[in-house]
Amino acid sequence: MSEVKKFMYLNRRAPYGTIYAWESLEVVLIGAAFDQQVSLMFVDDGVYQLVKGSKPADIEMKNFTPTYRTLGDYGVRHMFVDKASLEARGLTQDDLIEVEWEDWETEEEVDNIVEVIDADKVVELLDESDVVFSF
Amino acid sequence: MKLAVQVNEGPYQHQASDSAYMFTKAALEKGHEVFRVFFYHDGVNNGTRMTTPPQDDRHVVNRWVELAEKYDLDLVICVAAAQRRGIVDEGEAERNGKDGTNIADKFRISGLGQLIEAAIQCDRTVVFGD
Repeated sequence: MSEVKKFMYLNRRAPYGTIYAWESLEVVLIGAAFDQQVSLMFVDDGVYQLVKGSKPADIEMKNFTPTYRTLGDYGVRHMFVDKASLEARGLTQDDLIEVEWEDWETEEEVDNIVEVIDADKVVELLDESDVVFSF
Repeated sequence: MKLAVQVNEGPYQHQASDSAYMFTKAALEKGHEVFRVFFYHDGVNNGTRMTTPPQDDRHVVNRWVELAEKYDLDLVICVAAAQRRGIVDEGEAERNGKDGTNIADKFRISGLGQLIEAAIQCDRTVVFGD
């Protein structure tokens, strides 16, 4: 398995209320072992997955927002957020968590891999992906 | 073409499993290779042999089993999703101290790595879900 593919995890749903967001994260975490080129995309209610300050303990749910912050260590290089979805919900990038990334070999560092992009870019990125997992 | 299929929803509640079955069957009949069918989220409920639909309805679970028997299909249920939802084979029953199993013949329980591996190996990964 020497071939490297572009994997895109398309997250479309709110973090709590259904299990899709959490089980999508589980695939990302396990998938890290395969050394593929991995990006995440957040659209529609999926943008809520990155909103700061969730307190799901009140509904007896484990808070998994901290897990997103570690994704840089799991080989995730890009976390794209659809601008229109964000704006439709009255949110801006300031409402979202930041995720650091570092290449341990080259010591290249990125302070925040969470990037807000417009619809044309969303389409372009999905189009150039080899595998799109839609959750 | 070499295909991977992912099923994300349970039987009867949602059409995803029906559509995935029909797609898989059609692909096999056309001579394509289906490397693996991976059941995730509530899709794991497609693999319990306890399912008993009314006699005049389609049997979603048995349809998968029959397709697997005919084409030697690899039907894989995600272990993490299965544990949450109570889909149990002998190994899982032993590990987790359960008093029985409910997995259907021809299905097997394994890890998410099987999904990633299938996506890497196949020309297309086709996801059926909501």
